[in-house]
Amino acid sequence: MVKRLSVVDSERCTGCQLCMFNCSRRFGVGGLGKSTIHVKSAGGVERGFVVVVCRACEDPAPCARVCPVDALQSRNGYGVTLNRDRCIGCRMCVEACPIGAVFWDEENNKPAICVYCGVCAKYCPHSVIALEEIKTGSEVT
Amino acid sequence: MSEFLPSNVLYIDLSKHLYRIKNREELFKEYIGGTGVATQLLLEECEKGCDPLGPGNVIVFAVGPLTNLYPMASKTVTMFKSPHTGNLGESHAGGRSAVAIRSAGYGAIVIKGVSESPVYLAIHEDEVFFRDAAAYWGMDSAQTVGRVIRENEPGSGMRTIMRIGKAGENLVTYANLVTETYRHFGRLGLGAVFGSKKLKAVLVSGRKTTPVADKKLYRELYETLYNQQTKSSALRKYHDLGTASNILVLNELKGLPTRNVKQSSFEGAEEISGENLAEKYLGRRVACAHCPVACIHLATLREPYIDEPYFYKTTWVPYDYELLYALGCMLGVSSVDGVLKLIDEVENWGLDAMSTGVVLAWATEAVEKNLVTKEETLGLEPKWGDHETYLKMIELVVEQPNEFYKQLAKGVERAAKKYGGQEFALAMGGNEMPGYHTGPAAYVGFYTGARHSHLDSAGYSVDQKAVGKSEELTPEKIADKLFKEESWRQILSSLVVCFFARGVYTPETVAKTLKTVELDFSEEQLIEKGEKILREKYRFKLREGFNFEDLRIPQRILETESPHKIIKKETIEEAIKLYADKLKPQK
Repeated sequence: MVKRLSVVDSERCTGCQLCMFNCSRRFGVGGLGKSTIHVKSAGGVERGFVVVVCRACEDPAPCARVCPVDALQSRNGYGVTLNRDRCIGCRMCVEACPIGAVFWDEENNKPAICVYCGVCAKYCPHSVIALEEIKTGSEVT
Repeated sequence: MSEFLPSNVLYIDLSKHLYRIKNREELFKEYIGGTGVATQLLLEECEKGCDPLGPGNVIVFAVGPLTNLYPMASKTVTMFKSPHTGNLGESHAGGRSAVAIRSAGYGAIVIKGVSESPVYLAIHEDEVFFRDAAAYWGMDSAQTVGRVIRENEPGSGMRTIMRIGKAGENLVTYANLVTETYRHFGRLGLGAVFGSKKLKAVLVSGRKTTPVADKKLYRELYETLYNQQTKSSALRKYHDLGTASNILVLNELKGLPTRNVKQSSFEGAEEISGENLAEKYLGRRVACAHCPVACIHLATLREPYIDEPYFYKTTWVPYDYELLYALGCMLGVSSVDGVLKLIDEVENWGLDAMSTGVVLAWATEAVEKNLVTKEETLGLEPKWGDHETYLKMIELVVEQPNEFYKQLAKGVERAAKKYGGQEFALAMGGNEMPGYHTGPAAYVGFYTGARHSHLDSAGYSVDQKAVGKSEELTPEKIADKLFKEESWRQILSSLVVCFFARGVYTPETVAKTLKTVELDFSEEQLIEKGEKILREKYRFKLREGFNFEDLRIPQRILETESPHKIIKKETIEEAIKLYADKLKPQK
């Protein structure tokens, strides 16, 4: 079963960015710079928040399609995995993602690609995001 | 050089539009960060005896070594010489400010000089831009300023936008600095210092990550702290009703300052209670960066437009206990719409809500007692509960069209000196009182706290815990408890841990978290360090002329019943003396 992240209800988001902090923390560092999820205000805190997560597009994903060195490979038909050794840091994937869910790890000059581990959902105190199973082709009713 | 401490200090000179970055690791190793480091930078950079609104004053921002790493360590400490008290200015706020400053690569920012024309600073990691702010100067609302800068600068989601309103431009000595729309460096007039420097806003953005020395320990401690913060009952009250829950509690105890403390309970308490607001007005809760609590409560205020039928605007108004006190019961306002309109008004102008409320309360009584004439108030007759008149007066305080409003713009201490009514001018150490008429300890705390704030040493809590106990609140006990509390809080504010998390950041936990950034202090050493930082703050205060003997105790607080009945002047005076003794250098 292939999993991906889903924004269950962005109206519950308080903008604390614990998802982003904990995504970065997978690498044993603090801060937000390695996050593969992004929370920003919808034009000021008073208007609530926008939560951007990778949707794990069906193969061929837009980010993988434009990668000139095939560093982004399909993950069992949905979403992608990054081969860091192949990546040349051209940022084409960032440009290609239609929802802006490919972020940039400035310190490594490589894209920050969601691995669908769900750590962000685990640390979301208000159940804004969740890990869900993708209903693949034959399962869709 | 330690890579685990936020040792880089950004120095900005507004007079020359220049900046430089200097590593000050020795400061962070000795004084941790936040308050500890900011005090030293203030002592170094603020000219002795300077005019707080002149070029000799500086603005210091400081964050701590746990910022970015652990939840609820996301406060920024600001220090400056206060134009309100003429002495130590220190104010804290959260929002995204601390995380942005650390992610931009800094532990502190020092801003000095005066710009020739209005500017705002855009600090994008290593680059600092002095942007022309002529178009922003004079904008009616601090919120608009934030909105326009937001649209014109990069870094969405990874930045802070700190800005002043018109009150700051017009040098109201209790103008504040607003960040992320709903958080404030509220007290002691940082907004006016910004205004005097022709500095409209400071934006900081960055994406730098923060390394730790011990990844395993870091993971373990994070887990523990996160669980405590999300599951423990200690933080419950900030989650649910928020600090507004205090209204009914203090009303019941007879500790709720009402109508300029003529009374200590309010017949409209139910109306403006956290319970009522949550039930009928609470529309959204938001959080500071890296905080699971989300204590920021936003009420919805729906108002019709008079000129066009079926046109409405809905405004999101932040409420907290202190705002409901200062612009509610202190002014006898029981209409929730009225209180929310008043809060929205001070938000837009960029005023400190507490000082504004106390100033208006004094003015109401001064008019009642014919100390000021209708001519002086420009025809306005403030009456308890009349929020419409208060709204008009707030605008006049900001615009200062005559001498009376010029004085109100300097706070009650100075207004009462000119017009009389000192016995009901409710400022302690020059700062208007917070919402606690709970007993002697609260007041001793307002007088002795280095920034004359209820948050310095939480005397209200000492009072409340002693209610109904046989044990008497002696001056010795009060001084002892407050000194211990204020000292420890220096450590919390040097780490820039939110005081709401004080129950989980115990000395033991703090010592452990600091190990992950290679700062090795025992619990005892931390406690001593807290005392040292407090004494350093007082070193600045004394340097700038602070004297315990100058403190003025208004008769009013000694006349109105509190949870500890009538408060005795001698208790307050004696405790202040004992406190002053504790501050003297230890042999």
